[in-house]
Amino acid sequence: MDNAEVLRIRNDFPVLNQLVNGQPLVYLDSGATSQNPVSVIEAEQEFYEQRNAAVHRGAHHLAVEATEVFEDARQTIADFIGADYEETIWTSNATEGLNLLSYALSNAGLWAAQGRGDQRLRELAPGPGDEIVVTEMEHHANLIPWQELAFRTGATLRYIPIGDDGNLRMDQAGGIIGPRTKVLAFTHASNVLGIINPVKELAALGHAAGALVVLDACQSAPHLPLNVKALDVDFAVFSGHKMLAPTGIGVLHGRQELLDILPPFLTGGSMITTVTMERAEYLPAPQRFEAGTQRISQAVALAAAANYLTETGLDRIHAWEAGLGQRMVAGLESIPGIRVLGPAAGKERIGLAAFDVEGVHAHDVGQFLDSRGIAVRVGHHCAQPLHRRLGLTATTRASAYLYNTTDDVDRFLEAVAGVRAYFRA
Amino acid sequence: MSLDQLYQQIILDHSKARHGSGLAATEAPQGTSTGQSHQLNPVCGDEVTLRLAVQDGKVAQVAWDGAGCSISMASASVLSDLAEGMTVAELHDVIDSFREVLRSRGKVHADPELLGDAAAFEGVARYAARVKCAMISWVAAEDALNQAA
Repeated sequence: MDNAEVLRIRNDFPVLNQLVNGQPLVYLDSGATSQNPVSVIEAEQEFYEQRNAAVHRGAHHLAVEATEVFEDARQTIADFIGADYEETIWTSNATEGLNLLSYALSNAGLWAAQGRGDQRLRELAPGPGDEIVVTEMEHHANLIPWQELAFRTGATLRYIPIGDDGNLRMDQAGGIIGPRTKVLAFTHASNVLGIINPVKELAALGHAAGALVVLDACQSAPHLPLNVKALDVDFAVFSGHKMLAPTGIGVLHGRQELLDILPPFLTGGSMITTVTMERAEYLPAPQRFEAGTQRISQAVALAAAANYLTETGLDRIHAWEAGLGQRMVAGLESIPGIRVLGPAAGKERIGLAAFDVEGVHAHDVGQFLDSRGIAVRVGHHCAQPLHRRLGLTATTRASAYLYNTTDDVDRFLEAVAGVRAYFRA
Repeated sequence: MSLDQLYQQIILDHSKARHGSGLAATEAPQGTSTGQSHQLNPVCGDEVTLRLAVQDGKVAQVAWDGAGCSISMASASVLSDLAEGMTVAELHDVIDSFREVLRSRGKVHADPELLGDAAAFEGVARYAARVKCAMISWVAAEDALNQAA
């Protein structure tokens, strides 16, 4: 990709074409939420204008058409991550996917205790003496559900620490992941550090220990080619709104043999086979985990977003964004008083950079940049333990996507260079 | 609205001067009744612990520790200057007035006679995301005042 192609891409994103505080918008907050191309907006609109109906029920024409596009969307997303159709579950977002999984695992313990379900459930369910392992760089969404799972089950939560450069202490990982580990959950790419973790290496450690391996793909699925089979993870989650789709839709991927034996989290309509007044039997995945009327139009829109990314080419998107990330870090490092979190310029990172400005709070940095039409994220980015480890409470983060040019990065850098003088730091 | 209207000179000055900061190193005057309040804004991490000492119905001392953006730190500094010497009732009136201005989205103008330097925060009211930054020490002061008085 080059700037000329990005300028053409930008024509697909109406929201980017506006002035903010009198200056052309520079949107560098896609790590928080991304913008939608016209094709995605139209996919959702077309569904409501032509096909809206409840899926999986009703014999009428619209219901059949709605079911068809809804399930086609599932296949599109399964293909997008190299998974099978049955292994692709709709959620509201990644956070819900992780909570769903953590509750299915504690329900597994409750079922096993009463002799319900597959024999293997007893092995999957964490209990006292077992361990759940995460990392020190996790987003709260991939930390707190595991804290609560440990609380509910009596298991112990442990974590792989990071070094001063932000990288996981892989030299310690082998001593932390062991026979007691039931779940190993970690992020593919850090939303703060920009680091891409060694997924295969971690997955191998987890599987050698007999643990379930859970991948937070929120910052990878939108930005680089993702194949859950090649990475050999048991579960993966991501959110649609970070990959050109609307809010309210996300995905939980799980290996089929695991999904089909795990108890559901939410129960109700659409996920059952036989119901009596006493009890119910449940469908296999994916319906097993999709109680109630689903987010149909959002699923259709997410498939349109995946198609947009696939047609553009995730290899090319990743390469372009990695270049923008390098440009950000090299530029930031040359500004006095700026400390970039994570890898230095020249080291691998995705297209984002979080940084501290000496003597100026991140909130003030964000306000200053906004006055120049530049949108960034400020705060702890839902990673308080990571910030605490690095001796900070809040940072500023710029995160790029396929619609950002090198000019966007340069305007951002030029503005950052003026921050400390304005606030007399 | 320009950035300079938000970050008025008084605010930038106070964000550096931080009058009243240094709670840990400051003893409350003898014979005073004290209240102390810790406030945290989880959105941005702004944090203030403020102690207020009252004697004979008047604010004898304000001391605080905090970390946060320039608006929150300047606001605590201005509050400290303003509150000392006021009666409990006067400080309540000032806090009520400050809150009304800040929550008005720019519709209510600050009364400089009543609010003094705190009137400089009027511009913050137009930035919904920053209102809590300006309010945090004032919420702490109100809580501490209720304890002390």
